[in-house]
Amino acid sequence: MAYELNGKTFEADEEGYLVDISAWNEDLAVLIAEDENIEMSDDAWEVVNFLREYYEEYQIAPAVRVLTKAIKKKLGADKGNSKYLYELFPYGPAKQACKIAGLPKPTGCI
Amino acid sequence: MADFDTLKINPLFEIPALEKGAMKDLSPFVAAPNHQEDLGFPGELVDDWQTKAIEKFGELLKKSRALRVYMDGCVKCGACTDKCHYFLGTADPINMPVARQDLLRKIYRRYFTFAGKYFPKLVGAEDLTREVLDEWYSYYHQCSQCRRCSVFCPYGLDTAEISMAAREIMDHVGKGQKYCNEILGKVHKIGNNLGLPEPALIDTLEGLEEDIEEETGVEVKLPVNQKGADILLVTPSADFFAEPHVDGLIGYAKVFHQAGVSWTLSSYASEAANFAMFIGSYEQMKKVAERIRKAAEDLAVKRIIFGECGHAWRVAYSFMNTLAGPFDFLDPAYPVPQHICEFTLDLIEKGELNLDKSANDHMTLTFHDSCNVARGSRMGPTPGGQFEIPRAIVRAVCNNFVDMAADTIHESTFCCGGGGGLLTDDLMEIRVKGASPRMTALQEVVEEHGVTHMVAICAICKSQFSKVMPKYGIGMDRIVSLHQLVSNAIILDGQIGTEPDEETETDTSEDVATA
Repeated sequence: MAYELNGKTFEADEEGYLVDISAWNEDLAVLIAEDENIEMSDDAWEVVNFLREYYEEYQIAPAVRVLTKAIKKKLGADKGNSKYLYELFPYGPAKQACKIAGLPKPTGCI
Repeated sequence: MADFDTLKINPLFEIPALEKGAMKDLSPFVAAPNHQEDLGFPGELVDDWQTKAIEKFGELLKKSRALRVYMDGCVKCGACTDKCHYFLGTADPINMPVARQDLLRKIYRRYFTFAGKYFPKLVGAEDLTREVLDEWYSYYHQCSQCRRCSVFCPYGLDTAEISMAAREIMDHVGKGQKYCNEILGKVHKIGNNLGLPEPALIDTLEGLEEDIEEETGVEVKLPVNQKGADILLVTPSADFFAEPHVDGLIGYAKVFHQAGVSWTLSSYASEAANFAMFIGSYEQMKKVAERIRKAAEDLAVKRIIFGECGHAWRVAYSFMNTLAGPFDFLDPAYPVPQHICEFTLDLIEKGELNLDKSANDHMTLTFHDSCNVARGSRMGPTPGGQFEIPRAIVRAVCNNFVDMAADTIHESTFCCGGGGGLLTDDLMEIRVKGASPRMTALQEVVEEHGVTHMVAICAICKSQFSKVMPKYGIGMDRIVSLHQLVSNAIILDGQIGTEPDEETETDTSEDVATA
């Protein structure tokens, strides 16, 4: 599949993960999120931005605990838990938020 | 993901009315050329795929007398027909194990038996056409290789081996499955299914050390690449990444700490799983297993212990010595390999762990036997140890434990629905439907005995249940790791306070049926 934005085509895999992660931009994130029925609130952006920062450093999305701890630091204890992250990204913070962040899908027994 | 109806929970395990072709359109994503080529398979379906497939099939039959017996041996008695969770959950007649096997058997007859070569119609032999190949691709990815049907087969025909052979043939003609093959490529390149590189692993483990210290006041280490440690822990990479897996990993660390042993993880062999078993590739399985041997040698450990991973334990217990042995450089005083459950129960029996069972009083537990542990391995010195050892641990760390119905546990256990390389979103429909027998058995103990949580010792089971239980009205946090319960109950020397942590406290008031 592919995303169309401002006359440009962004190639994605069968499940909608961007093929070229460097092609990502914020408008594209909003478009992918729309496809997923997710509204990009400020909190959702915090998660997406953290994922991108972490990926840049480690070439992988953060583990759930790493993510919840980081969000706890940024948004407080009431939001730094997996329950809240699932409210933001009902299909799972790792997979769905990665898609919106333009990162590859985490694989394995998860 | 397409919408689909889930069969209603069926308390009597009634055989569903057949729905012919119900699942014929469900197939997993095909591996991309680079995923295939990383494993030495053709990038895409080769032109002469039919000839190549028959050649490969012939080679497998030659190598494995067992496969030939499985092809010849079926007497169509029907004992297996209603034993498969995917059949019970989908009502598709081809998901009866005998019918799924026959997809390969009819080709075997056509090309490898006298009667089938000359009188194909008389013996149900068929030509290998594109339709047959597509049918293979679809239905051999609707088998989790759990071998429940084999338990009930009077001849012991092993359906898993047949599914593995079919997948092996398909890989060799260039029609592999994306999920398994992409993952195997990551293991070869990075060391684990996730593709978690060493710096990320170290960062993640340091974070866990902080969490444990914050919770207990005790400095519990999760060492990695520590040369000269006594024990190498090989665990599924999901233990580093996902919930509730990570709570189990914390449990192992606390147990090792309290036992006072030196242990280490390896970033080179940071994966217990061996998906090569799922695709039936001996060469790939050997390559993955050899990483563990190399890590053990490089780190000069004396023992290898496996964490909570179902098929990894089957590969380790049943095949590792052949694949990557002999392990004569390890200390012969300990089993090679050893399961973390054996290690923990031994300490419990010696009275070396200080346990407060009441820490788990907010839960009533039941135990899900994972198929590869239950039917593909053993554990400890006595037969049935793979059933008794984990349960003995649950009983030692919890006050409330109830088993599910007898025909759904031990060697008759129902698969979680996500094993055998099916734990991928593109197969969600079969995963949800195939979970229905286990969900039925769970619901029964929920209603009759107030069970609130189910325990498992397999990363696939844990991920599968947390994803599919909500479809059956059960909260995703109702599946727990066995060593998570140990972690809750254990009181470390010098531990501050013994109150359960916030997260476990918050779910005490919820009912199990709230998703």
